[in-house]
Amino acid sequence: MSEFLPTGIQLSYLVAASLFIVGLKKLGSPATARQGNFLAAVGMLLAVVATLLERQVLSYEMILVGLAVGSLIGAIAAQKVAMTAMPQMVGLLNGLGGAASALVAVAEFWRLMGTSQAIPLDANVSMLLDVFIGGVTFTGSMIAFAKLQGLISGSPVTFPLQQPINALLLVGFVVGSGYLLVAPENLPIFLAVAGVSLLLGVLFVLPIGGGDMPVVISLLNSLSGLAASAAGFVVMNNMLIIAGALVGASGLILTQIMCKAMNRSLVSVLFSSFGKAGVSGGSG
Amino acid sequence: MTEALIAALFVFVLASFTGFEVINKVPPTLHTPLMSGANAISGIAVIGAILVAGANQGRVSVILGLIAIVLATINVVGGFLVTDRMLQMFKKKEVKA
Repeated sequence: MSEFLPTGIQLSYLVAASLFIVGLKKLGSPATARQGNFLAAVGMLLAVVATLLERQVLSYEMILVGLAVGSLIGAIAAQKVAMTAMPQMVGLLNGLGGAASALVAVAEFWRLMGTSQAIPLDANVSMLLDVFIGGVTFTGSMIAFAKLQGLISGSPVTFPLQQPINALLLVGFVVGSGYLLVAPENLPIFLAVAGVSLLLGVLFVLPIGGGDMPVVISLLNSLSGLAASAAGFVVMNNMLIIAGALVGASGLILTQIMCKAMNRSLVSVLFSSFGKAGVSGGSG
Repeated sequence: MTEALIAALFVFVLASFTGFEVINKVPPTLHTPLMSGANAISGIAVIGAILVAGANQGRVSVILGLIAIVLATINVVGGFLVTDRMLQMFKKKEVKA
């Protein structure tokens, strides 16, 4: 009996992962797309139910409440959103997913801080990657959403010393991470590193024009997959690693296809406004 | 490095290759729905959130985990429903009753 449940959970994960793969495949062709989406949703439900049965999950009440609240908000939002607002809706949802992945790392860091055991190196690296990718995805998606929704100007936002500031932040992240790898138990530094990641997400998307936002959202979608995968390494869960890697890789290919459809290269989409600051006035 | 980590790396790399191969020649009308569907799948982070919150160690961790559960669930449920709404629009030739 004690072996039965864990085996069942792992097999459920295997089925769910297969459903994700078949679902993604079917989503790529018009005749089967709807069915593919449905299969992926079934896979997700299966994965969530299996996880609830994991032995380490001790308290259910609050988790079920959280799942219910999230489902309700998600369902209402999906009903209310206008058809024309779909790209920014996807961007918004994507940002929430990235935030969730980053929060998993922060929560796990906090949990490990509370225990007497030292934080192992591999867990530490996974958490830092998770916080970085998840953080950038969260704020980057929010800026993309705000641009498409017209909350902020859709034209590229540039300011003096933009590149040096970005480079400086990136260096700050690397230095902070390096420090944490040597001396892991330092919450303020960990939170500072998380803050830098959030800031980098904002600065990464600000200089990109509104017309290019769908490509950026696709790229951020790929990133949120990688963030989920990193979260999988944090809690050592194959389901998370597989699904995250699937989205990360397929999202990257899709981003490239979308660039090609616009006759642009990804590099020019991401960095064109850096080179000629202030010249381009073409808003989306 | 531990054995578990190596196994996890194998899984990650092989799943990545699968992801690369699954997508090919997508018609432009399906770009946004495909992106949206993949986005819903990335809400799989909800599983990590359940594991962290469910471990019930430390109040802050539980609260952060619960927030992550809500956010990821919005991503999942909203993502799949939004994708379905988009795909309903294409339903000209009655895709499977």
